[in-house]
Amino acid sequence: MSYRELVLAAILLLGLLAIGAYQPVFLAWDNISDMLTETSVLFMMALAQMVVILTRGIDLSVAANLALSGMIAALVSQYFPETPLVLMIFAGVVTGLALGMINGAFVAFLSIPPIVMTLGTLAVFRGLIIIIAGGDQVNASEMGATFQAFPKEVILGLTTPVWIAIVVSILFFVFLNFTRAGRGLFAVGGNPVAARYCGIDQRKQELLAYSITGAVSGLCGYLWVARYGVAYSEIASGYELTVIAACVIGGVSIGGGVGSVAGTLLGALFLGIVMTALPVLQISPFWQMAISGAVILAAVVINARAERRPDKLILPEARRLRRV
Amino acid sequence: MKTTRRTVLQLAGGAAVALAAPAIITTRARAADKRIALIVKNLGNSYFDACANGAKEAAAEIGGIEIIYTASAKPTAEEQIAVIDAQIAQKVDGIIVSANDADALVPVGKKAADRGIKVMSFDSAIAPAGRTVHLSASSTPLIGAKQVQMIAKTLGGKGEVAILSAASTMTNQNSWIEAMKEEWKKPEYKDMPLVATVYGDDQDDKSYREMQGLVKAHPNLKGVISPTTIGIRSGAKAIVDGGLVGKVFITGLGLPSEMKDYVLAGACDTFAIWNPVEYGYSSTMIMADILNGADTSEGAKLSMGKKGETTVGPDGECIMGEPFEFNKTNVEEFAKIF
Repeated sequence: MSYRELVLAAILLLGLLAIGAYQPVFLAWDNISDMLTETSVLFMMALAQMVVILTRGIDLSVAANLALSGMIAALVSQYFPETPLVLMIFAGVVTGLALGMINGAFVAFLSIPPIVMTLGTLAVFRGLIIIIAGGDQVNASEMGATFQAFPKEVILGLTTPVWIAIVVSILFFVFLNFTRAGRGLFAVGGNPVAARYCGIDQRKQELLAYSITGAVSGLCGYLWVARYGVAYSEIASGYELTVIAACVIGGVSIGGGVGSVAGTLLGALFLGIVMTALPVLQISPFWQMAISGAVILAAVVINARAERRPDKLILPEARRLRRV
Repeated sequence: MKTTRRTVLQLAGGAAVALAAPAIITTRARAADKRIALIVKNLGNSYFDACANGAKEAAAEIGGIEIIYTASAKPTAEEQIAVIDAQIAQKVDGIIVSANDADALVPVGKKAADRGIKVMSFDSAIAPAGRTVHLSASSTPLIGAKQVQMIAKTLGGKGEVAILSAASTMTNQNSWIEAMKEEWKKPEYKDMPLVATVYGDDQDDKSYREMQGLVKAHPNLKGVISPTTIGIRSGAKAIVDGGLVGKVFITGLGLPSEMKDYVLAGACDTFAIWNPVEYGYSSTMIMADILNGADTSEGAKLSMGKKGETTVGPDGECIMGEPFEFNKTNVEEFAKIF
């Protein structure tokens, strides 16, 4: 772990202890387990978002993708209750992957700015949910029992969403650090010109990044819908901003090329703690938004300071060059 | 979507019509066949289908009334005006509308009145200039009081209670919470303190977390009131998922189709919302009263049949009554409707 990640980890630990001192129930295993389960989707979504941000892109459509893929999985469960659970989850993942590939294709091959493209698909995906479901929603009683039971199952003390998040995190770690395509993502974001000279195809890398994000959003779509027992057009509305915030807190540079799995996970955990601590601490709801915003800003500032490298620059021009 | 529900409704509707038919035939000579058009927001909406079933029930009870249940395919004011125009051309006696736009429907409402057709609204009001009366399903004080009464009944009047609302900025939520606190002042609730009010922002995930937080921050919590359909269903899910059934109960305003599983699981004892069948019934009863020449000025009383009487308030506003209570015995039946 880098110095910056150690700082963030230390802040998290101190924060946990401080909350625990004030409200001991927060450190009880039940609560930690609830918190990890609640945050598992954010862990995966933040990692997926990081992959896109690494290529100097951004994907604002992730939450809409999650909602649409979740709706597809829920509809499969409603109308074909005999389908094996694996296939229902697969339906969500494939939908998410397809939606992500649409984003990727437009960004990579038609050079549409990512923020414009994904802002557009955000609205399109949410609209499609209304069309596909006929403006209706799928309720808990209409989904299959196994469909809903899966995210609640506990294996070795942790719920299945947490285990899935652990497996996905390991896959991301291996992919980003030990595969050619994974390193290529850092290369195209860090220095596109140099990457091209090295023979890395930026378009392929971008298509890959958005596809990964889409597939993960699809998987999370199933988890979300099954966990909260309802699928409709407004689920996870505004969640894309939480996901991006987790990345930024975790030290992912919006400028591309910088980010790590450990940092992003810590960033997501940070937000997860804030989200679950505020209700337990009984902080006035009128203050909650302002407090969570201020805490996020504080984390980013501390993080940014920790990011400063202690090396000396002889020429002021060098600083400018380094930031390119 | 929901073919099963609709089939059931059609069957139920068909049965109601079949039962009503002999009554209409026998009283035809006497009542000179009054025709009431029930024009709702859009077709294919099971909530309004249930309202129409109530209207037909009322028509059968009175006798000599034919209900024409119609709407446009899309819930827009333009299409609804065309539908109302068509009914004016048919020279119906009365029109009951759930308006797609309060102001856009005023001219067509006036046009109907000019031709001697009585117009009233329910569910969603036409502005006062375009109708005689509007029937609201319930009122703020009744909605607030009902929810406190429900949780008191479930808990036997003892134990800590919290409120899980939508957003802290929502006017209707806040006025319902004020009404609850007003009811809470009564001495019978002295052993049932309100310990917290939290806000789930009408998002399933946040409401779920707020519910988990409430239980942890208040180990003695026994009941939760959630005056929002999203809050009550997410809170109920958190109770079931957290293994808190029997320890913590939730009540509030919910939809039977969303609450069915949680009621059967025991996370929710009772909840309330207006009953669309009663709503259609009461509206039709009022319209029949108006067609018989009843006064609709402020302070006048109108009959809602077996639902009692309602008093016309300012701007022709009438109130049907307190929200209808759902529990284990009726939730499955209503879950098919809405």
